[in-house]
Amino acid sequence: MSTPLEHDYIGLTESSSMERSSDKISSSSSSSSTHPIEDKPSKTAKDTCLNLKETELRLGLPGSQSPERKVSLFGKDLESNNDKSNGLSVSPLKNLVSGAKRGFSDAIDGSNGKWVFPMNGKSDVELAKGAALPSPRGGLDSKSNPQQARVSVPAMKEVGGIPQSPKPVQDKKNPVPPSNDHATAPAAKAQVVGWPPIRSFRKNTMASNLAKNSEDAAGCLYVKVSMDGAPYLRKVDLKTYKNYMELSSALEKMFSCFTIGQCSSNGLPVRDGLSESRLMDLLHGSEYVLTYEDKDGDWMLVGDVPWEMFTDSCKRLRIMKGSEAIGLAPRAMEKCKSQN
Amino acid sequence: MESSKLKREKDSQISDELNELRMESSELKKAKDSPISDESYRRSSFPDEVLERVISLLNSHRDRSSVSLVCKDWYNMERWSRTHVFIGNCYSVSPEIVARRFPKIRSVTLKGKPRFSDFNLVPQNWGADVHAWLVVFAAKYPFLEELRLKRMTISDASLEFLASSFPNFKALSLLSCDGFSTNGLAAIATHCKNLTELDIQENDIDDKGGGWLSCFPESFTSLEVLNFANVTSDINFDALERLIGRCKSMRVLKVNRSVSLEQLQRLLANAPQLTELGTGSFSQELTPRQYEDLESVFNNCKNIHTLSGLWEVKGLYLPALYPVSTHLTFLNLSYAVLQSDELAKLLVHCPQLKRLWVLDTVEDKGLEAVGSNCPLLEELRVFPADPFDEEIVYGVTEAGFVAVSYGCPRLHYVLYFCRQMTNAGVATVVRNCPDFTHFRLCIMTPGQPDYLTNEPMDEAFGAVVKTCRKLQRLSVSGYLTDLTFEYIGRYAKNLETLSVAFAGSSDWGMQCVLAGCPKLRKLEIRDCPFGNAALLSGLEKYESMRSLWMSACNVTMNGCRLLAREMPRLNVEVMKEEGSDDDGRADKVYVYRSIAGRRRDAPSSVLTL
Repeated sequence: MSTPLEHDYIGLTESSSMERSSDKISSSSSSSSTHPIEDKPSKTAKDTCLNLKETELRLGLPGSQSPERKVSLFGKDLESNNDKSNGLSVSPLKNLVSGAKRGFSDAIDGSNGKWVFPMNGKSDVELAKGAALPSPRGGLDSKSNPQQARVSVPAMKEVGGIPQSPKPVQDKKNPVPPSNDHATAPAAKAQVVGWPPIRSFRKNTMASNLAKNSEDAAGCLYVKVSMDGAPYLRKVDLKTYKNYMELSSALEKMFSCFTIGQCSSNGLPVRDGLSESRLMDLLHGSEYVLTYEDKDGDWMLVGDVPWEMFTDSCKRLRIMKGSEAIGLAPRAMEKCKSQN
Repeated sequence: MESSKLKREKDSQISDELNELRMESSELKKAKDSPISDESYRRSSFPDEVLERVISLLNSHRDRSSVSLVCKDWYNMERWSRTHVFIGNCYSVSPEIVARRFPKIRSVTLKGKPRFSDFNLVPQNWGADVHAWLVVFAAKYPFLEELRLKRMTISDASLEFLASSFPNFKALSLLSCDGFSTNGLAAIATHCKNLTELDIQENDIDDKGGGWLSCFPESFTSLEVLNFANVTSDINFDALERLIGRCKSMRVLKVNRSVSLEQLQRLLANAPQLTELGTGSFSQELTPRQYEDLESVFNNCKNIHTLSGLWEVKGLYLPALYPVSTHLTFLNLSYAVLQSDELAKLLVHCPQLKRLWVLDTVEDKGLEAVGSNCPLLEELRVFPADPFDEEIVYGVTEAGFVAVSYGCPRLHYVLYFCRQMTNAGVATVVRNCPDFTHFRLCIMTPGQPDYLTNEPMDEAFGAVVKTCRKLQRLSVSGYLTDLTFEYIGRYAKNLETLSVAFAGSSDWGMQCVLAGCPKLRKLEIRDCPFGNAALLSGLEKYESMRSLWMSACNVTMNGCRLLAREMPRLNVEVMKEEGSDDDGRADKVYVYRSIAGRRRDAPSSVLTL
């Protein structure tokens, strides 16, 4: 039986992955989007090495904690390691209000009272707060505006565009509920009424679209999960998870009773590149690998493709012993076919 | 024919109306200066009948307006033959004046609120209620056939009134309107026996359920255009299926997301003649057989050139569309959350595409695919999937924009929401696509500079106006100084509509635009440091424009009063905030020309000065 700590299917606890905004893992339900974690091109194509890291799918985010335990699944250390040096500092970001995420938010009467537009309950009444906005309101002196604009710009820049850091993979789930808490936002970048200029119908539709997609009203997707050595299989509904992280946590919970306490080391060195690190860890004798059978009947390593693509093509899951998974593709396939 | 009547016609108000009813264009000034007399412009050598015939063939309202300015005879001929009237600002004229001038109208297009009302900047009860118009129309145009409203308020009672007052009523189009519920739609469905078009788009509807659709009587077969994507509640599918089945002339069908894929397949099986299709939800779990059926039904729809909807799209099912995609000229994916690879795969099959709307979830890579696969593209709109979440940093950037420009030299309309942009990127884009007529760039963070150089985005828009000589519409964003507006004033000689937000350094910017853009008709400004000096520099200009909007700028009540005093033919409206004083800042100012005088239906929060 695994101890609450270090339950590790693969045995990797990586300090590597410079994931971003790792705080977002929690599963705030409706706000997540359909955007799978996928290989997104670098915005500036400057740092390919960083890119590779970005393509590592977040099966366990640094900084993300498997509930109640420190877990490392599929090669990712779930402990936060360095903040990855992307000009994008995490904290200011996460404290930003996303009040109107669902197209509705409260009108706040903040310090800058003039910005309040009580619009009888129409959606998107938000407040522009403070100096963050280059607005002439700050003073009647028009000269101050460029100042204001300037001042607020760096903060905004971080948010709006991250030049140096290819920040592609997003976890769109935002655990910060639409709130009016600006207290901790250094950049005080609050919402502005009617900005960006999007019609209400679109705003409301996209909000519910994203919510719907993540919940997938269209149905459920139960797949069998087998684990080598376990006496019986389980079934999971893939639609109840939004990303690999959730899936791996759930699986780990489900199968924790079956593991033969070979919790592996946490001290494996950092590797770049997705499959490389996995493979290396396997070679080092780590425990299990999660694989799945796709629509074509091939056995694939979980985590390569965007989450949506995975759920679309996954027919069954298999938690494979690491030792069997070496040489991965051909060997695994044979083995599975014989077991099927 | 009616030539004797025309000659008898003696309307002493004609010369006033002649001058002032210019809907567009600065010929207004010329007309004022050269009085028209009966004698000097005697009947031309054409017989009247020929002239009337020729004039009656004119459709463009601008052409007709020009014709009406030539001489009294032509004015009269034009007014008697006009069947469609376009009113860009419902308060610029009154329904009585319209009815007096144009006795034979069958089709009306009316626009109401200022455009920024779409973004909640205009109070709810501001006005633009269509009812007064309907009452006049019922009396003067009992044979009215078409009504198209944009940003108007229309109540259920008005819809009922409409449905019962016009026996020939054929086409209703509501875009970005409010004030009504599905009950109003039910009234239309029930009573309009000759309805050919019901087009409900992007309105603020009080959705009370889908029962309205079942109100079309079983004997009703004339519908050709049905767009109810905006009305989201579940409809009775059987009723819809029967309706489509018996309306053999249906060519445009855009359903809402309650219609599933399987249901869509059944509808299409009975309507292979459709030319425009808006699907419902595109994500049902289909059996292989159902998927085949879907594919084959699309295969039979050879005429579809416009496709939209695709709510909750499942990338996996997009291939079912391939038979249709080869003929597509307009693909609206703006509600379909697609990733770059999914879009890329689809676009390979869309070589004829001229208009494409997408979400920024497709990212730059998706836009590269656009550039590679759609050489005929003329219009691109990229909407943000999650515009209010600042933590999102994906989306599209200058890279995607540039990629499209390389592949699509015919691009002339763009609406682009992004989180970062560069001057160089925009310069490259317009170099590749010099024919832009509509350039709307929205960098979503207000006041954001070029993210690479940290400079203002002045040069970007400078490049746009210098290169794109045909530019009619421009929306600017990002960190901009007065230089941008100098460029606009100096180069944008065909510019008609300009939208500005969070930009400029001083009054000088706005002054440049007002002085420099001869064809400017609509100017909307928010959150800019333009004050009274700027406002008043356009005194003479505003009469040649449809409207001016300024909000959260530095204009004061006194400045507005001065404007109102100097220009009596302008309506200067100020939307007051609660608690603001009478002499202070005028927070929202809306100025428009009108021959109807000040409006009488303004709420208390709106002051007409």
